[in-house]
Amino acid sequence: MPKNSPSIDMTPMVDLAFLLVTFFMLISQFRAEEAAVIDMPSSVSDLKIPDKDLMMVLVDKEDKVYFNITGQETRTKVLEKMGEKYSIVFNDKQKKEFSNMASFGVPMKSLSAYLNANSTERKKMQEKSEGIPTDTTGVCELCDWVYNGRILAPRFRVAIKGDQTTSYPKIRRVMDILQDKKINRFNLITNMEVGPGE
Amino acid sequence: MAELNTDDGGGGKKKHGKRRAKKSSTRIDMTPMVDLGFLLLTFFILTTTFNKPQAMEISMPVKDDNLKLEDANKVPAEHTFNMLLTKNNVVYWYFGMADPNLGALPALNKTSYSKDGLRKVLITENNKRHNLYAQIEAWKKEVEEGKLNKDEYKTKVKEYREKFKISTLVVLIKPDKDAKYKNIVDALDEMAICNVGTYALLESTPVEDQMIANANTYVK
Repeated sequence: MPKNSPSIDMTPMVDLAFLLVTFFMLISQFRAEEAAVIDMPSSVSDLKIPDKDLMMVLVDKEDKVYFNITGQETRTKVLEKMGEKYSIVFNDKQKKEFSNMASFGVPMKSLSAYLNANSTERKKMQEKSEGIPTDTTGVCELCDWVYNGRILAPRFRVAIKGDQTTSYPKIRRVMDILQDKKINRFNLITNMEVGPGE
Repeated sequence: MAELNTDDGGGGKKKHGKRRAKKSSTRIDMTPMVDLGFLLLTFFILTTTFNKPQAMEISMPVKDDNLKLEDANKVPAEHTFNMLLTKNNVVYWYFGMADPNLGALPALNKTSYSKDGLRKVLITENNKRHNLYAQIEAWKKEVEEGKLNKDEYKTKVKEYREKFKISTLVVLIKPDKDAKYKNIVDALDEMAICNVGTYALLESTPVEDQMIANANTYVK
């Protein structure tokens, strides 16, 4: 063995690595996976959307409608209210599952099965599902979700997150639903665009 | 690894010999720890999302079924800029009102959402009226340079808008059924970029839908 050992002292490197790990751990926040894949349009607006106190209606490129509301307590309460309205009883496990979820886009009648399923099955169910019904004449489940969300969390900001290729009539329908519930001020979620250029 | 040296207990100040034997290094090989550190680091870097989404705020007028038609349409026709958003990212625009009862229908102009399309038209039209755009841009610059603070800027712009309210551009954004969500966001974005103070998101009328259909066939 040569006198000068080729091994270097790794301690500072470990320090550095763990410092960075700590940094990223502290700033990153995990969020539950969204049910919808949405490619948002970009805008020059620089208003930041808050992470909490938010009620969100998502519309994907196939015009399927999803709903999301923040806060575990609020979510549980909203689910209970919806259960009452549609006479569906959710058990505690389902409620817990729902409170930890992000957005979802299934009608009330299949929500129970959706909550029981595991994540792969959920994806499949979501693909097959038509999204939350927003019919003008028949059942408007989105109206009830928005209504209950509004009642239980009146101070929440309301936002619409649409895909670039979502058709206008669907967005209009969502806006109309919000307006029917006396929500006249809402946010459109977009990506950031650099400068006012093209 | 770490060994307790129990030898000292006897208090015997034995010689260097013993200490020498314990010279085996207390250093640990840190390499696996570095590996672990960087593995975790990579994981957190990859899972972190830095760019938070932005949002544009939009306030819709309160729906009131009792609102009568004569209460609306108080804006002079020559200042009413109608934008019809339709398929294939095309925008048609015209001034005034499209009502067959009021005479001939206005001709549609075709443009796009690009910098040289809609934005140019809006800025030109804005400049033709009161030079709202230029003045607001000048103030914006002053804010950037620190000559003007944000609140002052806001009040100034507000007063300025109030003053020339009737003679500035009023933009009506009317997407038809073929328009995409992106088009609406783009159009609203142009309102912000071109400093258009008064605009509304409406639905296209049947007459306008017909005009678009005609335009799609004839206007090149």
